[in-house]
Amino acid sequence: MELVLFFILAIIAVGAAINMVVQKHPIHSALSLIVVMGTLSLFYVMLHAEFLAVVQVIVYAGAIMVLFVFVIMLLNPHAAEHTTRYGTILKFGGVPLGLLLLAEIVVVVQRSVGAARPASALAGTTEAVGRLLFTEYLIPFEFISVVILVAILGAVVLTKREL
Amino acid sequence: MVPLNYFLILAAILFSIGVIGFVMKRNVITMFMSIELMLNSVNLTFVAFSRYIQNLSGQIFVFFVMVIAAAEAAVGLAIIVALYRNRESLNVDEADRMKL
Repeated sequence: MELVLFFILAIIAVGAAINMVVQKHPIHSALSLIVVMGTLSLFYVMLHAEFLAVVQVIVYAGAIMVLFVFVIMLLNPHAAEHTTRYGTILKFGGVPLGLLLLAEIVVVVQRSVGAARPASALAGTTEAVGRLLFTEYLIPFEFISVVILVAILGAVVLTKREL
Repeated sequence: MVPLNYFLILAAILFSIGVIGFVMKRNVITMFMSIELMLNSVNLTFVAFSRYIQNLSGQIFVFFVMVIAAAEAAVGLAIIVALYRNRESLNVDEADRMKL
């Protein structure tokens, strides 16, 4: 039952990801990426990472992709085409390169991991993740808030009219 | 119960699609979205390993990756807006000089 659900979600995720690459206009790519992020959130639920599943929807689909869609609509770009000779090489070399990378990763995974299954249930509830975040990972957590602050300042400075 | 390597191979497929998108596309916004796809697929790997090794630290790492992705999206899109103001184009082939 869970395996069937996994395959249905996997097909949706991979299909939407391929659609993201195939689409010409950035807004269609952005909407496909939102579908991928939604299916990944469901995968997190299957893996008992409930906190991350909710954060995935709120932060990625709710904040980051809204920012993307906002910028796309603000700039209203046209489909960019390859203009240089180097770009043409990339256009036809991209798919073989990606498939080669995929083959390498699959070989490594199959040789090293195998079909491992979990011993017992481990739930990533808000309580468990929060407890770990505010004890063992307290210092990284504080530092990451500084990173966010710098990012806010950077975004404000960069979008000013006179740089 | 789904075996671990299924999740890893799914993450590998999504990562490869992200690489293909990054290499093939010339629109800077689409390339940026491909990077987000790669980050997401690695997050899936982290969560899968966290579940199968029975250690919650992987999920903390995913949380940090999400925070960094949010910061990166804010700064990156600000750079894209500045680039578009200066060049009237989002094609990366045309953004080939450090100066204006």
